[in-house]
Amino acid sequence: MKYLDEYRDGELAQRYAREIARITTRPWSLMEVCGGQTHAIVKFGIDELLPRQITLIHGPGCPVCVTPVELIDKALEIASRPEVIFCSFGDMLRVPGSTTDLLSVKARGGDVRMIYSPLDAVKLAEQNPGKEIVFFGVGFETTAPTTAMAVYQAARKSVRNFSLLVSHVLVPPAIEALLSSPDRRVQAFLAAGHVCTVMGYEEYIPIAAKYRVPIVVTGFEPLDILQGVLMCIEQLEGGRAEVENQYSRSVRQEGNRPAQQLIREVFRVVPRKWRGIGEIPQSGLGLREAYAAFDAERRFGLVELRVEESSECLSGLVLQGKIKPHECPAFGARCTPEHPLGATMVSSEGACAAYYRYRRDPRIAA
Amino acid sequence: MTEIQDQPTGGGRQFTPVCPFPIQDYPQVLLAHGGGGKLMHQLIGKMFLPAFRNPLLESQHDASVFQAGGQRLAFTTDSYVVRPLFFPGGDLGSLAVHGTVNDLAMAGARPLYLSAAFIIEEGLPMETLWKIVSSMQQAAQQARVEIITGDTKVVDKGKGDSLFINTAGIGVLEHSLTIAPQSVQPGDAILVNGDLGRHGMAIMAVREGLEFESAIESDSAPLAEAVLQLLRAGIEIHCLRDVTRGGLTSVLNEIAEAANLALLVEEKLIPVREDVHAACEILGLDPFQVACEGRFAAFVPDREAERALEIMRRHPSGIGACRIGKVSNQRSAKVLIKSTIGAQRILDMSSGEQLPRIC
Repeated sequence: MKYLDEYRDGELAQRYAREIARITTRPWSLMEVCGGQTHAIVKFGIDELLPRQITLIHGPGCPVCVTPVELIDKALEIASRPEVIFCSFGDMLRVPGSTTDLLSVKARGGDVRMIYSPLDAVKLAEQNPGKEIVFFGVGFETTAPTTAMAVYQAARKSVRNFSLLVSHVLVPPAIEALLSSPDRRVQAFLAAGHVCTVMGYEEYIPIAAKYRVPIVVTGFEPLDILQGVLMCIEQLEGGRAEVENQYSRSVRQEGNRPAQQLIREVFRVVPRKWRGIGEIPQSGLGLREAYAAFDAERRFGLVELRVEESSECLSGLVLQGKIKPHECPAFGARCTPEHPLGATMVSSEGACAAYYRYRRDPRIAA
Repeated sequence: MTEIQDQPTGGGRQFTPVCPFPIQDYPQVLLAHGGGGKLMHQLIGKMFLPAFRNPLLESQHDASVFQAGGQRLAFTTDSYVVRPLFFPGGDLGSLAVHGTVNDLAMAGARPLYLSAAFIIEEGLPMETLWKIVSSMQQAAQQARVEIITGDTKVVDKGKGDSLFINTAGIGVLEHSLTIAPQSVQPGDAILVNGDLGRHGMAIMAVREGLEFESAIESDSAPLAEAVLQLLRAGIEIHCLRDVTRGGLTSVLNEIAEAANLALLVEEKLIPVREDVHAACEILGLDPFQVACEGRFAAFVPDREAERALEIMRRHPSGIGACRIGKVSNQRSAKVLIKSTIGAQRILDMSSGEQLPRIC
């Protein structure tokens, strides 16, 4: 396929792998931030091409996975109400809350709909004036502009039966939280290309300088990731710590200004709880006061709901790169995609799901 | 309340009123229980199989094969609930004929007769019903089967979704092969009769309003003729399975499990059309898990693979027939796929419906 197969070329991949092996002189630990990259690495077996000295640590970049359980419970509570049409991206539907998930709410009669664009939720609100339409706004900076646009449009058109359950999170504060951890292992980052397509990479420059850590903005195809790894290793071996852009076919330094403007118009930066990690200051987006009327938590009186997370699920350690999914005792036994303990096992970007799907028994047959 | 509890019964064949399904997990049926993935297999394996247990059902083939009056016959049924009713390349009516004909073909049977049952929602335009019925008639004619019995039910408005069709089919086996997963042998070649995922993406594209330069057309087609030609040519077919819900991934996993053998396939050998690939990328779907309605996988001895492919390619539904992998000699039920960059991973069945990703 045009512009896709080119980035999955086996021959070129081998050449990158050989070059990486040639310049690597000692062990290095790299973190790919985004769950999309984790999946590509495991699916295509990219890590198997790398020299043993290089460790890829899987990062927290799966928005579904870091959505705190209490927010899922709020979603379940809202979706169960008879007057509500609850709209969500497909990823969220199977993520377990403390007792159930959205698909089960749907099976019990809740009107839960999977949509592709938040704007479709606004359209639904216009078509169903007697119903409350709630959109579950999940994601990093990548999806924030479309969520912001939905709220902005709803406000402009005075669509009063639309509201947003917001769980947007930001990447740079999470990277800082990982870097300030006393047992920090990560020596370089592959930053998430899609996030930087929206936000640019100016905010990473002070982080690279402060923590002396190379950050390479990287795409999602096998060759992107291999080139990102090569650029990180070149920096590490050369003693540099800069921000570089591998994904230049999509990312500009300043990012997408109109999209950023829209995010700022609708959202403000707030502290946010990350599932399995805890609260990270200034790491999320919440609706500005001017748009507070669209806040589903307020509309349905759920602001105060607090829920504790399951202690058996070690997804917090997985999300911080402290353990690999298969090192969790519940992995593949008490925790499977059919019966997940945590979101990392069901999200399409979750590290546990990637390992379960592609790696459970990778022994090669004759 | 019943007092009967789950007692050890030795063979475990005694049917008790205790629901065998782990109800603590799913007290209600989810859509995913019909998605062709693991949850559906669990539902069948834990509820339907124990309830109706018999050797014919246990073969879990697309159609059951049995002896009657000195003949080997095949029998199958399927219900059709697709939305929208009309899609590029087909409609509910043609699908209801093709699906059942194909299930018979996968047992190596020549389809003879179908039944057709209609569950119609009050208010369905007569014109719509007529279009579907005409389409069924044409599809039956093309597949050389006759619809010889049927049933009509109309339900209140709001109690059905415009139209559901069930068809059952009966066919006759005119050869002595046992076409079943148990016949699969190490070294067998794995063939498919064309590009994958087109039916599912044709439906998805209509539902999601995706527009491409030209519409993706469903691959819906009757497969019996292609299979009969393979049989007439004396190809020693070990197993056939049509690729429907759950896509190629489910088909390969089901056969690996039933045969207890590892299957090896190569990603770059599996044909997926460019527009289907693109639509899958946009929606975050795996084309190997997307449904088809005119595709099948064939397991044949390696020495007969090329001749089988030649025969398959003569049929309009099989122009793109090709070899995608082989059966290994490892006694372990799994499917391994070699990625485009050369690494190997497992190809696992999905849990239920594929859920498109966030970003």
